[in-house]
Amino acid sequence: MPPKADVKTCAAQLQSFFVNAGAHPVEADILQPAATLLDLYGEDIRARAYVTQDPLRGEQMLRPDFTVPVVQMHMHDGAEPARYTYSGEVFRRQETDPDRANEYMQVGYEVFDRDIAKADAEVFALFSKALSPLGLRAATGDIGLLITAVQGLRTTDKRKAALMRHIWRPRRFRTLLERYSGRIPVPQTRQNLLVAADPMSEGGPLIGLRKRTEIAARITALHEDAAADPISAIEVDMLEELMALRETASNALAALRDIMVDLPAITPAVDQLDRRLSEMNSQGINVDTLEFEASYGRTTLEYYDGFVFGFYSDARPDLPPVATGGRYDALTRVLGNGREIPAVGGMIRPGIVTELGSLS
Amino acid sequence: MTLKLGIPSKGRLMEKTGDWFKAHGISLRRTGSDREYAGAVDGIDGIELVLLSAGEIPRELAAGRIDLGVTGSDLIRDKLALWDTRVTELALLGFGQADLIIAVPSAWVDVDTLDDLDAVAAAFRRDHGFRLRIATKYHRLVRDFLRENGVADYQLVDSQGATEGTVKNHTAEAIADITSTGETLRANHLKILSDGLIHKSQATLYKSRMSDWTDEKRRVIKTLKDRLNLD
Repeated sequence: MPPKADVKTCAAQLQSFFVNAGAHPVEADILQPAATLLDLYGEDIRARAYVTQDPLRGEQMLRPDFTVPVVQMHMHDGAEPARYTYSGEVFRRQETDPDRANEYMQVGYEVFDRDIAKADAEVFALFSKALSPLGLRAATGDIGLLITAVQGLRTTDKRKAALMRHIWRPRRFRTLLERYSGRIPVPQTRQNLLVAADPMSEGGPLIGLRKRTEIAARITALHEDAAADPISAIEVDMLEELMALRETASNALAALRDIMVDLPAITPAVDQLDRRLSEMNSQGINVDTLEFEASYGRTTLEYYDGFVFGFYSDARPDLPPVATGGRYDALTRVLGNGREIPAVGGMIRPGIVTELGSLS
Repeated sequence: MTLKLGIPSKGRLMEKTGDWFKAHGISLRRTGSDREYAGAVDGIDGIELVLLSAGEIPRELAAGRIDLGVTGSDLIRDKLALWDTRVTELALLGFGQADLIIAVPSAWVDVDTLDDLDAVAAAFRRDHGFRLRIATKYHRLVRDFLRENGVADYQLVDSQGATEGTVKNHTAEAIADITSTGETLRANHLKILSDGLIHKSQATLYKSRMSDWTDEKRRVIKTLKDRLNLD
């Protein structure tokens, strides 16, 4: 790793770039209440973040990113629209790769603005400009496509909700899709349960907090699910074609217009992509060569729900991405206590920038 | 410098470890009173016996403070990240077998697989306002297993003993614990998920990859391996 002083110089340079672009600098506490992050990310965050505690405040986490505290701050007292920049260390627990840093600087830029396409393009163009001396490869995607595709499936609301819940866990998502489309058989124990005359009588005495009514409600739901038609092969094929889509952005747009014929529900997301690409074009990004991958960003910690992007060094594939970002409208809803605002942003790792050379 | 062998300091695990070495003509014995944690190795030269809690043996092996150690493979895998870069398995000892499993109340007739557990976890969080609690002391193994299998909306709560009682006592909805015969689970009205086997554990002799392997220690371990009929 390069010397910390060099990394800090680089971070200051990046932050002043964002300030010049109109962002207001903000700070965030290093110790964050663990409960908020656990509610958002679930138990998995414990493998990725350092947890500590004291007898008064209970569990605290060393901040694993800035997005959550910045959104909280904005939802609490932010004006609208708003542009923020931050700079500081984040802490990531490492359990599998000793070569990955467990403490590194992030410099970020976050935009809270209701003009979605323009804000997406603004963030991407700004990051491209900031990083241009490094000659990086940019990857882009849009999780909104898959979200609208799932919402538009001709199947039960319960199945759609289950698929939505696992959009960011591709393996479980696939298993559910295969089950709902009848491509994998129903387990024997489930079949037995469905034909049992009085299934509730077959278990032991009821212990614990989960009530008899909850068990009965799930059995009813399983009967309803068994009676529902499988998701059609056409829809599954279209979903798979969508998830496998990897093209230049302008070709991807054309391909999505074709997929739209069978999956009309994705129309708003495709229109959104169209608007974003024109905005990007007018901000000087060549969308005819820009990479687009429909499944990009599905396995990251953050739950992005629209435009997603990352910048990579092809010369140094061993390094983590130099920068990543995306749209996280749902996060503002979850943290906004009833309010919400479209938000997009990203962060650059000055440590990686310094390792790759520098920006001047 | 002598080679340090760490073995569990009490209970059945210690006795069985003694029996296993004895079967190979090496006797481990306590020195001093039977309350003093000191021991000696007879029948082979250059080995010093270190009596430790089974739960501390993984840490001591990883730090290289002992060269060899006997403990459960469940403890090694839970306590050491990238365990196979820090210790090597020399021999499975054939005792201390136990399965680390996930169990739920047997009254949950609608739950048999991890799929079911995941679906119930989502509903439970909606109905109760908090994530379904799984009591365990094997935090890392259980979390890795559930992440790999895409189970969400659960939380792990720490339970260092009597874990099977946590559901009845309303401190957890499910458990992840070791079991050998399943009797304690049945007695506590719990059942094992059909795809909920996380790890099949047994007592294992490990060699540290982190300790300082001097020529002298290498000679001793070669003699030991010959005696134990290992590779």
